[in-house]
Amino acid sequence: MADYYFKTRDLKVGYHGRALLENIRIDLEKGEILTLVGPNGAGKSTILKSITRQLEILGGRVAVGGKKLTELTYQELSRKMAVVLTDRVRPELMTGHDIVAAGRYPYTGRLGILSREDERKVEEAMELVNAGGLGKCLFTSLSDGQKQRLLLARAICQEPEILVLDEPTSFLDIRYKLELLDILRRMAKRQGITVVMSLHEIDLAGKISDKVLPVKAGCIYDYGTPEEILREDFIRELYGMDRGSFDPVFGSIELPRPGGEPETMVISACGRGIPVYRRLQKEGTPFIAGILYENDIDYQLARHLASRVIREKPFQEISVKVYEEAREAAFSCKKVYYTEIPWGTANARLRKLLEEVKGEAGIECTGLQEQLC
Amino acid sequence: MTEYSFHYENVRRRGRYAFVFTVMILALLLMAVININTGPVKISLKEIAGILFAGQTDGTEYDIIWQIRMPRILMAAILGGALSLSGFLLQVFFHNPIAGPFILGISSGAKMVVALTMIFSLGSVGSMSSLAMIGAAFAGSLLSVGFVLLVSRRLHNMSALLVAGIMISYICSAVTEFVITFAEDSDIVNLHGWSQGSFSGMSFGNVRVCGVIIALAFLAAFLMSKPIGAYQLGEAYARSMGVNIRVFRVVLILLSSIFSACVTAFAGPISFVGIAVPQIVRLTLHTSRPLIVIPASFLGGAVFCMLSDLIARMAFAPLELSISTVTSVLGAPVVIWMLVHHCINS
Repeated sequence: MADYYFKTRDLKVGYHGRALLENIRIDLEKGEILTLVGPNGAGKSTILKSITRQLEILGGRVAVGGKKLTELTYQELSRKMAVVLTDRVRPELMTGHDIVAAGRYPYTGRLGILSREDERKVEEAMELVNAGGLGKCLFTSLSDGQKQRLLLARAICQEPEILVLDEPTSFLDIRYKLELLDILRRMAKRQGITVVMSLHEIDLAGKISDKVLPVKAGCIYDYGTPEEILREDFIRELYGMDRGSFDPVFGSIELPRPGGEPETMVISACGRGIPVYRRLQKEGTPFIAGILYENDIDYQLARHLASRVIREKPFQEISVKVYEEAREAAFSCKKVYYTEIPWGTANARLRKLLEEVKGEAGIECTGLQEQLC
Repeated sequence: MTEYSFHYENVRRRGRYAFVFTVMILALLLMAVININTGPVKISLKEIAGILFAGQTDGTEYDIIWQIRMPRILMAAILGGALSLSGFLLQVFFHNPIAGPFILGISSGAKMVVALTMIFSLGSVGSMSSLAMIGAAFAGSLLSVGFVLLVSRRLHNMSALLVAGIMISYICSAVTEFVITFAEDSDIVNLHGWSQGSFSGMSFGNVRVCGVIIALAFLAAFLMSKPIGAYQLGEAYARSMGVNIRVFRVVLILLSSIFSACVTAFAGPISFVGIAVPQIVRLTLHTSRPLIVIPASFLGGAVFCMLSDLIARMAFAPLELSISTVTSVLGAPVVIWMLVHHCINS
């Protein structure tokens, strides 16, 4: 137990002596990534500010590398911990290189002049975040994403053992988001750097983190693995979501399903139904999906978007009961969309149902093979 | 090539620094020569050279050069540098390019306390020692800074800070005027001249005291280049890089107050140098690196004040303008331009 590199016990954080969050317990080994998730204003930044000593801790303990945070001098701490903050930095007349080079602060002499070694480290850090070309540009003239990458390079340059980042992915486009998380992942696993950060994207949180700590003002949650924490019901509770949904399998979020009585049915399989669901969702048309096997990829999305899903257990022949249910549903609809479906003995009843629907004059039946393939 | 272009950029920048410094040093020497050669009494260059370097020790020319012109030139250089540096430190402290000892009311605070001390405790202006003057001005500076800090804690707005500074400036001036109204006649004459700002009437004794104090403060400021550089990234980043912010801020304010106290004690409040010079220097050098900007601001301030003093003395000779008249005319447009520029950018 004593091996944990970063530890908090009974940590109490808040502003002006008033506690916002209490009893925070974190244990992290070297090279682990902890992500703080939670709604806006939940106190993620407050925790990060407290563990980086930007904010006075109101109670409890924080230990870094076996030493209490309060016993470390700022100088000692600066060699262990580097930060990337959300504070808007507006330094005038400083180039990208100047900003990154500032990260060498704990290692340079009295006047802060860079040695050859320092210059090399600055260069490496800039290469790592693909910011080599930004070195000569004025920092204030860069885009938010470019600034963010330079600030990350600055933190890397500081050669920390633990890196604390407050919403590092905001302002970044999808490419740099992935790149940034990939860099963090590599630094954590190869160099054993512990990472603590807050993320807005719960989907990404699940994909990069070893541990996730849910944060919500006034609530106490325990940290856990992404699999333990990022469950659909829990995410709904954490964010107070009553509309839309979160899919823990792919970490995707969906807008709420269209309301009303469904008059449209989609018959599909093997992912071909997904674009149809999406289109109907955007049009605001409620629909029934089926018959879907529970292991079909269409089923994963239909669960979130369809008003009703008629399903069958995987690898089973479609039972009469399910067939009857689907038939009843289909004949209550005015429109049926169907996609290409690989036919076999197990889904013979679905084929039969489709033929019946096609033969029914009262139902407008549209095949979507051509458009979709 | 592109990946490493910041190396070329760094080399290019060093060339630029060297060039700007050379120009400023030449300007400083030129100003010194012109200043020493200019005045109501014409002294030829040959005579000046004789007096300065060949040990010629007699005649009124000798006295004019050594008792009047030399101390004045040196004082203008030292105090100009100090004033400019005081402004730079305040700009760093408040993260505000328009901060300066005059506009934040620090000069006025110093002036007030010096005036009060002169009138109430010492009776006559002449009897106050250099150190006592500096001490009083320092106390006054801290008083104003304290007030501005109190306000800035509540208002994180750049213009609100400036308004607070201007207000304290008015209050201090009102108090000063008030005591002057009730002071002895001889005091008033002296105080009035001093409170307008001027480099006249300096002695080598003044130069020595000022020189030592400002040299020490300059050294301290220069040694703070590194944390100042970190602080330019914002308080939080500076702290995360190992700067003890509380100590840093106190030292910064003390140094800045020492600089402006020295200036106010001897030359009275001088406007706009503290804002305009560091800004011009930064733009010319195209950098904010304190290691470069601190000595450059000092040099720039020295040149600027020597030039202003020259204009003050000579523009309407034999009448002498107050130094602030000249620095305002030269400096205020720069500040206005900065304000406009800043608003457009943000």
